[in-house]
Amino acid sequence: MQRLGAAIVAAALLAALEGAAFAQDGPVMKRIAETKTITIGHRDASVPLSYLGSDGKAQGYSIDICLKIADAAKEELKLDKLEVKYVPLTPQTRIPLLTAGTVDIICESSTHTLGRSRQVSFLHTTFLTGSKLLVRKTSGIKRIEDMTDKVLVAVLGTTNEKAAQVEIDSKKIKIKGGEIVKVKDHSQAMLNLEQGRADAYVSDDVILYGLKSASKNPDEWEIVGPYFSYDPYGMMIPRNNDDFRLLGNATITKLIRSGEMQAIYKKWFEPGPTNINYPLSDRLRENFQLIALPD
Amino acid sequence: MGSYNWNWPILVREPYLGWIVSGFGKTILIAVLAWAIAFPLGSAIGIARTTETRALRLAGTVYVDIFRNIPLLVQMFLWYFVVPELLPADWGRWIKRDMPYPQFLTAVVCLGLYTASRVAEQVRSGIEAIPRGQRYAGLAMGLTSLQVYRYVLMPVAYRTIIPPLTSDFLGVFKNSSLALTIGVLELTSQARQIEEYTFAAFEAFTVATVLYCLVTGLVILIMRIIEARTRIAGAITVGAQ
Repeated sequence: MQRLGAAIVAAALLAALEGAAFAQDGPVMKRIAETKTITIGHRDASVPLSYLGSDGKAQGYSIDICLKIADAAKEELKLDKLEVKYVPLTPQTRIPLLTAGTVDIICESSTHTLGRSRQVSFLHTTFLTGSKLLVRKTSGIKRIEDMTDKVLVAVLGTTNEKAAQVEIDSKKIKIKGGEIVKVKDHSQAMLNLEQGRADAYVSDDVILYGLKSASKNPDEWEIVGPYFSYDPYGMMIPRNNDDFRLLGNATITKLIRSGEMQAIYKKWFEPGPTNINYPLSDRLRENFQLIALPD
Repeated sequence: MGSYNWNWPILVREPYLGWIVSGFGKTILIAVLAWAIAFPLGSAIGIARTTETRALRLAGTVYVDIFRNIPLLVQMFLWYFVVPELLPADWGRWIKRDMPYPQFLTAVVCLGLYTASRVAEQVRSGIEAIPRGQRYAGLAMGLTSLQVYRYVLMPVAYRTIIPPLTSDFLGVFKNSSLALTIGVLELTSQARQIEEYTFAAFEAFTVATVLYCLVTGLVILIMRIIEARTRIAGAITVGAQ
C-alpha cells in the first residue's frame, strides 16, 4: 500500500515537472513541434497583403512574413521538416478558429486595437495605414468635410467605419440619410460607388489603392483626405503564447535589421504584382526602426 | 476553446446593448412587413393556380417558378443592384438616391415576394386537398366562383395549411438575416458588428441565437393558438392534436 502511494506521488511529481518544463511553452509551439505543421490563416481578397493568387494559393506581404516566422519556428524546434498549411478565413471566422486552435497564426490585414487585444495577441506592427476616402474625380470631394448631403459607404464593423462616425459627429457633418451606409465587403462598397448609390467609400487607404488599381477605369477614381484614423496592422496569435510571440517578434526584428523586410515590402508594393504602387511611407520606415530591437 | 476569454458583460454595455436592441427590432419589422406582403400576395397566386382560367394558372406557375427557384441571396442582390439599373434612368436615380431607407425597403419587398411563392404553394395544395366535389356542389347551388372560394374552399384550405404555413412564417424571420448582404443592420449583422469591434464572437452570436429562438418560439405558440381557436369540431384536417 505504501509502495502504491509512493508510486502515485512519484507519478504526480513527474507530471508536475513535465508541466513545469512546458510552462513557458504555450500550446502553439508545442503543437507545432508535435505535428510538424504550422497552420496559417489568410484572407481571399486583402490585396496585396493576404489574398489568393491566380493559382489559388495564398500569397501576399503578410504571408511572406509569416513564412519567415515558420522558418524560424522550424529552426528553434530543430525539426527536420515543417509543413505549412493554409486555412482561408473571414472576419467572422478568424477569432473562433484562432482560439479553438484550428489556426496557429493569422496573416492578413487586421488592425491592432485594444478591444481585440482582450481576445488575441498581436505581433509587432508590420504595416501602417489609416482611413481615407475613395471618390470619383469629378465629385469635387476633397476631404470628409465635403460630404454634406452626400452618401458615405463603409464595410460593416471596420475600424474605418468607427473612425468616420467619430469624425462626422465631432465635425457635425450632415451626410445624406443621416447615417453611414454599411455593406458586407470591399466589392459591394465599390459596386455602390460605381452605380452612383454612394459618393465616397471610407476604408484603409492601402485597400482603396488596391480597389482603384483593380477597377475598370482607374483614372476615374481618386483617394482623398488627410488620414483620420490610425490603423496599425499586425499578425494575430492566440493569447498566452509568450514563446511563440517572442519568436514571431524576433523574426520580424531580424527581417528589418537584415533589410529583408524592406525587400518583401518592395516585392508587394513598389509597384507590386497588382500594380498598387504604394511606396514605403516615412511613418512605416520609422516604425521599422523603432521595433528593430537590439539582440 | 482553451484561450478564449469569455466576456458576457459586454452584451449589456453601451453601445453594444443598443445595437442588439435595434437589430432585433429591425429583424422583427422586416419579417412582419415581408409577411404582410407574402400572405395576401401568396394567397392570391395560390388561388390563381387552382382557377379554371388558363391564363391565371399560367401566370401563377411562372411566378412561383421564378421566385422559388432563384436563391434568396441572389434575389437580394438582383433587387438592390440590378433592378434600379434596368428601370428608366429617372426612376433608377430616384431609387438609388432619393428613396428613403433604400436597403430596408428593398429587403422587405424582396423577402415578401420570395415568401409569397412559398405561401402560394401551400395555399394551392390546401385547396387541392379538398375533394373536387365540394367545388362542384357549391357551383351547383348557384354560388359564383368567387363565393365558392370565399365560403367553401378557403375556410377549409387555410385551416389545413396552418402547420406548413407556420414553417414559412418562421422562415421569414430566419431569412431576414440575408438582408445584411445589402446593408440592413438587422440582428445578425449587429452580432457581426459587435464581433468585429470586440472580438467577442461567441457572446454576440449566442445572444442572437437566443433572440431568434425566442421570437420563433413565440410565433409557433401564436400559430398553435390560432390553430386551436379555428378548429372545426369533427374536421379531420386538424387531426394532429
